[in-house]
Amino acid sequence: MKASLKKWTEEYGLFLLVVLLLISGWEWAVRQAMIPSFIMPAPSAIWGALLENKQLLFEEHLPATLKEVLIGFGLSVIGGLILGVGMHFSRSIEKVLYPFLVISQTVPLIAISPIFIMWFGYSIWSKIAVTILTAFFPIVVSTYDGLKTGGNEYRELLLTMGANRWTIFKKIQLPMALPVIFSGLKLSVVYCVVGATIGEWLGASEGLGYFSRRMSGNLQADSVFASIFLLSMLGILLFLLIGLLEKQVLKNKNRYN
Amino acid sequence: MLSIQGLSYSFEKEKPIFQGLTLDVRRGEFVSVIGTSGSGKSTLFKLVTGLLEPNQGDILFDGQKTGKRLGRVGYMPQKDLLLPWKTVLENVLLPLEVTKERKQARLPEIKKWLARFGLAEYESSYPSELSGGMKQRVAFLRTLMTGKELLLLDEPFGALDSMTKRKMHKWLLGLWGELQKTVLFITHDLEEAILLSDRVYVLQDTGIKELKVNLPRPRSSQLIYQSEFLTMRKELEMLIHNES
Repeated sequence: MKASLKKWTEEYGLFLLVVLLLISGWEWAVRQAMIPSFIMPAPSAIWGALLENKQLLFEEHLPATLKEVLIGFGLSVIGGLILGVGMHFSRSIEKVLYPFLVISQTVPLIAISPIFIMWFGYSIWSKIAVTILTAFFPIVVSTYDGLKTGGNEYRELLLTMGANRWTIFKKIQLPMALPVIFSGLKLSVVYCVVGATIGEWLGASEGLGYFSRRMSGNLQADSVFASIFLLSMLGILLFLLIGLLEKQVLKNKNRYN
Repeated sequence: MLSIQGLSYSFEKEKPIFQGLTLDVRRGEFVSVIGTSGSGKSTLFKLVTGLLEPNQGDILFDGQKTGKRLGRVGYMPQKDLLLPWKTVLENVLLPLEVTKERKQARLPEIKKWLARFGLAEYESSYPSELSGGMKQRVAFLRTLMTGKELLLLDEPFGALDSMTKRKMHKWLLGLWGELQKTVLFITHDLEEAILLSDRVYVLQDTGIKELKVNLPRPRSSQLIYQSEFLTMRKELEMLIHNES
């Protein structure tokens, strides 16, 4: 217990110290009236807004955003894995799809979002569409690239043993791709929170993005910051969850030479 | 066992690596192929295993031309290519997994071989915990477990230091009688080629030359200090430099 505490302090102590210093400096600067509080509310005011709106935030808006993130992420994972594996197995699928994938990422989200609103209205699906558009790309790319990490040598070795493509995929390529795929998943889940927030900004009736937009309209900077704080916490938490899952799945797989 | 006739191969639009290559390997023989880097040794192996198709010529197994060569021979590449997330035992079982053979039935035999290879205590270790020589032995045992009679070994000891290499020679010579296999062996180490083989093929730019090694078996690794051995080595060196 003592040893693990010591390790933990070594790992994160410096970071926490800097955070503490930053927050104190920030609080101090606002209290000294160096920055007007409607531009930069003090951390204590943000905390106050969080507590004041806690029922609204935690029971209505956070669950709404979380739902969009989870559905969007789930669909992105399913779709991304299918596309990545499909591109791996078929040169023609890869040739046709890859340009489209890249194009999909160069389209400015803000510009395309009104179209989603036209198609899906103010329902949850317009938000999920934006989420998927931001989140599936890292999954496809990491799956596709990850499946290539095994390289040709392992493939040839298994071919000489009489293996077919599916066996090579199962025994070599998929296990070797997992670390890369997990990196993609970690990126993607963070993008999901961003995507859902953008979707809510453009048209929604609930969710943290909607809440922060409404509050900014009312010039309630402390509430805007409170919802931003929650959104970033949500992102961090989801990121850590995927990291935990990765550790569990890759227990033996990280024994690379 | 294996017979190669009039084999030609070139990579796209480049000058051929070899032309009209002919060699044969008889059952139970240990045959080495030596040649300078770039003489096409590894390409020859890829052709035999079926990873590449020849432009011309035939590759016959037991006198027969078979359509599909993949899965006919046990192939051991230069690198050990052990799967880092599998234990020694699991790595050795890989060929059985590929052919979907029942593992359970062959487990006693495999355990026996692990012991014979000096790997019994390491069967649940991971490759990253093994020394270079041990990894090479695991890779060799994995090749053996393909159950194929003809084994193609591509510079299996090439990456080892000379001390470990010496040990592996001693070990392989001691094992050879029990193995009951036919081996085609790539190397660029003349000493190794003579010490281990019944016959040595030298790949040259102009063609292929053969040298018989008339040393009795079982052989000892001390053989390299005998005069017969040295004569043969000189002969081989001359063949390589095409001065004969």
